[in-house]
Amino acid sequence: MALAAVKKAGRLPDLSKVPAVDEVGVNERVARFQSRSIKKSSKVEALKLILSMIDLTTLEGQDTPGKVKQLCQKAIHLHDAMPGLPTVAAVCVYPTMVGVAKKALEGYDINIASVATAFPSGMSTLSVKLDDTRMAVDAGATEIDMVISRGAFLAGDYRYVFDEIAAVKDACGDAHLKVILETGELGTLDRVRKASVLAMHAGADFIKTSTGKIQPAATMQVTLVMLQAIRDYYKETGKMIGMKPAGGISTSKLAIHYLVMLRETLGNAWMTPEWFRFGASSLANDVLMQLMKQSTGVYQSADYFSKD
Amino acid sequence: MAAKRIAVAKTYKIYIGGKFPRTESGRYFPLEDKKGNVIANICRGSRKDFRNSVVAARSAQPGWAKASAYLRGQILYRIAEMLEGRREQFVAELQQQGVTARAAEKEVDQAIDRLIYFAGWCDKYQQVFSAVNPVSSSHFNFSVLEPMGVVAIMAPEESSLLGLVSNIAPAIAGGNTCIVLASESKPLCAVSFAEVLHASDVPGGVVNILTGFRSELTDQFASHMDVNAVIYCDGGKAVATKVQDLAADNIKRVVARTRVDWSKADNDNPYLIRDTQEVKTTWHPIGT
Amino acid sequence: MATPENKLAFDGGWEYDPAPESTDHIKVKKRYGLFINGKFVSPEKGRYFDTINPATEEKLSRVADASSADVDKAVKAAREAYRSTWGRMKPAERGKYIYRIARIIQERAREFSVIESLDGGKPIRESRDVDVPLAAAHFFYYAGWADKLEYAFPGRQARPLGVAGQVIPWNFPLLMAAWKIAPALACGNTVVLKPAETTPLTAMKLAEVVQDAGLPPGVVNIVTGAGKTGAAIVEHPGIDKIAFTGSTGVGRIIQKALAGTNKKYTLELGGKAANIIFADAAIDEAVEGIVNGIFFNQGHVCCAGSRLFVQESVADEVISKLKDRMETLIVGDPLDKNTDIGAINSKMQLEKIQSYLKIGKAEGAEIHQSSCRVPRKGYFHRPTLFTGVSQSNRVVQEEIFGPVLAIQTFRRFDEAISKANNTPYGLSGGVWTDKGSKIFKMTQSIRAGVVWANTFNKFDPTSPFGGYKESGVGREGGLHGLDAYVKLGV
Repeated sequence: MALAAVKKAGRLPDLSKVPAVDEVGVNERVARFQSRSIKKSSKVEALKLILSMIDLTTLEGQDTPGKVKQLCQKAIHLHDAMPGLPTVAAVCVYPTMVGVAKKALEGYDINIASVATAFPSGMSTLSVKLDDTRMAVDAGATEIDMVISRGAFLAGDYRYVFDEIAAVKDACGDAHLKVILETGELGTLDRVRKASVLAMHAGADFIKTSTGKIQPAATMQVTLVMLQAIRDYYKETGKMIGMKPAGGISTSKLAIHYLVMLRETLGNAWMTPEWFRFGASSLANDVLMQLMKQSTGVYQSADYFSKD
Repeated sequence: MAAKRIAVAKTYKIYIGGKFPRTESGRYFPLEDKKGNVIANICRGSRKDFRNSVVAARSAQPGWAKASAYLRGQILYRIAEMLEGRREQFVAELQQQGVTARAAEKEVDQAIDRLIYFAGWCDKYQQVFSAVNPVSSSHFNFSVLEPMGVVAIMAPEESSLLGLVSNIAPAIAGGNTCIVLASESKPLCAVSFAEVLHASDVPGGVVNILTGFRSELTDQFASHMDVNAVIYCDGGKAVATKVQDLAADNIKRVVARTRVDWSKADNDNPYLIRDTQEVKTTWHPIGT
Repeated sequence: MATPENKLAFDGGWEYDPAPESTDHIKVKKRYGLFINGKFVSPEKGRYFDTINPATEEKLSRVADASSADVDKAVKAAREAYRSTWGRMKPAERGKYIYRIARIIQERAREFSVIESLDGGKPIRESRDVDVPLAAAHFFYYAGWADKLEYAFPGRQARPLGVAGQVIPWNFPLLMAAWKIAPALACGNTVVLKPAETTPLTAMKLAEVVQDAGLPPGVVNIVTGAGKTGAAIVEHPGIDKIAFTGSTGVGRIIQKALAGTNKKYTLELGGKAANIIFADAAIDEAVEGIVNGIFFNQGHVCCAGSRLFVQESVADEVISKLKDRMETLIVGDPLDKNTDIGAINSKMQLEKIQSYLKIGKAEGAEIHQSSCRVPRKGYFHRPTLFTGVSQSNRVVQEEIFGPVLAIQTFRRFDEAISKANNTPYGLSGGVWTDKGSKIFKMTQSIRAGVVWANTFNKFDPTSPFGGYKESGVGREGGLHGLDAYVKLGV
């Protein structure tokens, strides 16, 4: 079965052709995005866009149906005191919680994302990973966030990593596949770029930075390198790939700088929840506080915004 | 009675690109001793001789600059060895040109010692004058010396061997090539020194030595667009003005070494090397 | 590689609202006199000229036009200060005065940034993040040298020269003043400085700082004016050293004017730097380096990477990425924090740049400009590329001093080096490759005073700067920058 999937996915790209990345240059470019000053209506517009791009996430060993239901409630009712807010793009949970989320979100246009493939370490056999994926999809997940086998990647076994992604993509059926590179374990931006290229060629619909379980999680630096890989892939194939930085993005200011980076790297076509997501648990409330401040002119307290 | 042997007179020629041609102009001037006897006919070098020298110096320069510092040091040392071996000849030539025996011996000895001194600097001056610069950003930054390139030298009129050597040695120790105009009134040692250079593994074109009239060649030395630096060792304000005025046409570096007593120990110093060096600073990011 | 249908769209959609830096705390006087002997004084002939904001073409202030009589007064004040106070002061005390200048600039950084952008047209992001902090850092760096000069020149004793005459350009007004004044003072000299006629205001503010720092009168004198004032400084017999930054044309005139005098001089002149991109480079960072190399400060940079050489196998990719990147550059109000490219410094300079566009077109070059909006009023110019040019084109040979890049391709290493060095200039150069040994081969082969490998247009007070060949004589910055302001004895 896996073999057929691989055939569909196409060929393992020649990763030696992937351009080198210079860390200091990337840092400088990121600093330049961060020097953009986003004010007034462009800020409000950005904040709303950020809300709509959030994958509201709970991925803990202590997750219960109760916790997931509360999270879904928050996804629907971000802050009812403010009319005209979008909903988040998705809630993101473990496979065993997909059913709970599905029920809670019935009738709402919010996607259900599930991590799979022995998240977060990915240390299991392919068949277990595929079962994990199918189980989540069968339970109603519309998006699957898989992890790559970092050990195999670091050992240079690109073929293994490629085939695994292709097989999971096949198991996803109609569900969108987000491929988590776990950049905090890849060590260098050169590897981030290579892993991005590999994942896109293997069938990823999205590439995603991190599980949130490893530090560092998303940084603007790794996200920039992944966006550049997406751009090159688009120019080469005409195929758009989505991007999801996850973990560590908890303030509006930082999220706005991600949007600046997205806009100046990939352009307007990617500035929608269809092509860009934030994997975050506490970002939404900070964005809401900022939106409230923009409309009232008064600085806000966390006590007035629901935590779920 | 056996006939007295006829001495073989030496022909003094110029030195360009490792060869000893006569001046292309065919002109010469007679060099006389104090009593008015002609010692030798000296080439009256022309602007074309100078031009040819610059071509030779330019083509030799990259190779000479690339030679290892160790090798340059060995070659300078070799020059000193060869000069030592021909010590008597140089003493005699100086005397022929009016220098007292004692002064001539001292000058030759000092010239040899100065060569040894600069031979030793070849692989050290870079360490003294370079720097690693602690810039605030994440970059490795260092400054090193590089030779200016082709240096035109108008050698001292009076100190015709020591002064000549004191100007050539630091220039070539630093990887430059040069064209030297010998003392007009005492040109013999310069030509003989060219022979020493020739026998010392100095690659052709690294040092080119012309004889001739300063009044005729100063403009050429200062104005040539393919010369990077000009050193002048004599002359008053008029010469200084003319040299710098013409040098400015290609922003040539101008080094004035007037009124220098070349016999002083103070001339043993690496700042003479630095005079014909550029500082190059290189930046590179530090990252993964 | 890029097909036309796979283009990125940077127009429309989410855009940045204006984010202007506030100007309400900025004090610019209606009129500035000359700063001579510690006081602002009126010019002898009573003449003033306007300094305008190149982004609005509005008058900012009037500054004095110094005559040779004014210059003479300034030189005498500097000489007297050198003789009576500064030249005799304990070096450590001199250093403390210079530290004070550094600190006050840091305190007044915002004010300096805003005025620099108002008067010169550069984006506030650059005056705030580059010019002003670097100016303060320069004073801080050289302050510390004042009492350590014996360690800078092994085997020699460094003595001050006396009075230094300094003439600076309009592209980095405050920073160039710092580059000139800081080492001169640290070495025990006094100075007469002339800022450029289009950008005198931060120099006048610096004069206030000198006053506030309590420097003895006459140690720093600042006289405003145009070319005539500069010539009066260069020709003044009471000056021991001339330091000039500007065009090679004027530098040549100065070198000639100084012929036969005993004045020392350093010249920091023009450039036409090669920025060389190899196929194995980190391409995205290289594209960013190209942008920083030519569009930094509207391209008004003597060390700008104005000649781009791209290895043929990646030329299409690099140029396509460069064009995308240019679409995201914002041209406009220098005071807007989001502006990437501000106003061209003067009408004259704008016309010069425009004339080169005509020349380039007439020579058959292909031209590409970004599609950004440009303000109607003020002197603005779109970022511009020329392709299809060769070393024989004037736009490749001559310094344009604007946001205009000439692109050529190359195939082999030696070809790149030979073309890079095929210029009378030798100020700077850039090389981009991922291979270490090639970096060293390249940086050794480029005949220029500053070589940036895998980066471009970086500056630091500790890093010497200056040119080979017609790009100048001497170095500024770092240990080597001290050389310009001392005479060495035993």
